[in-house]
Amino acid sequence: MSILILSDHENGQLSPVTLNTITAATEIGGDIDLLVAGDASGNVVKAAASIANVSKVLAANDKIFENGLAENLTPLLLSLSAKYSHIMASATTTGKNVMPRVAAELDVMQISDIIKVIDANTFQRPIYAGNALSTVSSSEAVKIITVRGTAFEAATAKGGNAAVQSLQSTGDAGLSTYLKSELSSSERPELTSAPIVISGGRGMQDGANFNMLEKIADKLGAAVGASRAAVDAGFVSNEYQVGQTGKVVAPDLYMAVGISGAIQHLAGMKDSKIIVAINKDGEAPIFQVADYGLVADLFDAVPQLEKELG
Amino acid sequence: MKVLVPVKRVIDYNVKVRVKADQSGVELANVKMAMNPFDEIAVEQALRMREAGNADEVLVVSIGPAQNQETIRTALAMGADRGIHIEAPHEIEPLAVAKLLKAVVNEENPGLVLLGKQAIDDDCNQTGQMLASMLGWAQGTFVSALEIANDKAKVTREVDGGLEHIEITMPAIVTVDLRLNEPRYASLPNIMKAKKKPLDSKTAGDLSVDIEPRLTIVKVEEPESRAAGIKVADVQELVNKLRNEAKVI
Repeated sequence: MSILILSDHENGQLSPVTLNTITAATEIGGDIDLLVAGDASGNVVKAAASIANVSKVLAANDKIFENGLAENLTPLLLSLSAKYSHIMASATTTGKNVMPRVAAELDVMQISDIIKVIDANTFQRPIYAGNALSTVSSSEAVKIITVRGTAFEAATAKGGNAAVQSLQSTGDAGLSTYLKSELSSSERPELTSAPIVISGGRGMQDGANFNMLEKIADKLGAAVGASRAAVDAGFVSNEYQVGQTGKVVAPDLYMAVGISGAIQHLAGMKDSKIIVAINKDGEAPIFQVADYGLVADLFDAVPQLEKELG
Repeated sequence: MKVLVPVKRVIDYNVKVRVKADQSGVELANVKMAMNPFDEIAVEQALRMREAGNADEVLVVSIGPAQNQETIRTALAMGADRGIHIEAPHEIEPLAVAKLLKAVVNEENPGLVLLGKQAIDDDCNQTGQMLASMLGWAQGTFVSALEIANDKAKVTREVDGGLEHIEITMPAIVTVDLRLNEPRYASLPNIMKAKKKPLDSKTAGDLSVDIEPRLTIVKVEEPESRAAGIKVADVQELVNKLRNEAKVI
């Protein structure tokens, strides 16, 4: 068996989630090659080559790949597909965008968002926002898979010494053009890999009130998240959203503040190790999944919490 | 321009799903069904384009059992012009759906296909991208803003890091995210009117598409439920528990 992984990278850095996907690949077994497409700096290729368990790094250094346009990445992945039994990507917005195109071209049914490897052909994945878990097996010649990063430990980033092979560019498909990004620049840890996440919901009442959560986040080294209700209300922007259609997180500690606990929100955080809920409505469904629930007005409790944390 | 909107019939998002005792799937019998919420947003977008004079027909297609015609009628009641129902089992896979939609696109020649970014039942997030690739078209996925001018569309995509703006060549596939618009409710007169709108029915065989599933469902089970937690009296107790019992801060 041999496995190709499309690595995620941003601003010249390999995304940590790629390490989780490598662990999923290790559980399948066989050689693991890492594809790095559009790495102008060379840093990502270097980082990829030093990951333990990686056999080979394939570098396609053409700027048409830099922004992850699916129309351009698909021919590149297809040019490599014949050599692999599994082609995998993290279930990030990049992986979700590209992999179904590859699967369709190969006439293969993709297996999305796996959370467990049973064997090389059999995988578990959540359906219905995680309210049911489906185990599926595939007899396709090549398995196209996206991986939920939070369901697998990160592979060791050091200790490897993989060979780097340069690839010919497959060219610009001429269908799409990257214009610009509006990315939030934050000093805080990234939401999906942060050890602690503190999220606010509709109960926060206003975007400005999120600074109460930010103060606590800064004390704990936490990331700040939000429920869909808070994003829809315009309190914070979309990249904060935790839930079925937002980000899935599984930190050591998740604090839900002013969040009622809709099914679609629980889908994004209920695998957290410890869940804390602060809500003035003692009947809110979030308390059914919380390890520690505090029924209180968040506008009293949150400033107190900040003080207690010293 | 004609806009094609595929819509899926799923368990209503307010319903708590139950896994069947034999672990073959989730219980669908006597469960309230509804249009996939993302697909409602796609229908709404198509209607707004028509109302702004940027589309002249909104065609809705749904793939599944006979009851999917109700889902099509819902879209017609919102204001879509015409529907196509393709008879198929409820559990059809995205790859087969994309093949059927490709056959519809080839017959109907829409200038744009608007789809929900994912269905809330299988959570696959595949159909739009697969269809785009099968047609050799560009795609804008997870879209929260859409602006079409001549043969190009500017789309704003909701990506993990924030927002991304790209330009795609038309005809194109656009999959919509939650914040693109707020779908309208169908009024009673429009529900009545929808009953008279044209709705064609076909089978996968009519379109010469193989819809046999590729994946085998080994089992479907309930996730482990979390053990019930405790309520703490105040912030001091909470911090004390987090420090000394859970040891997470």
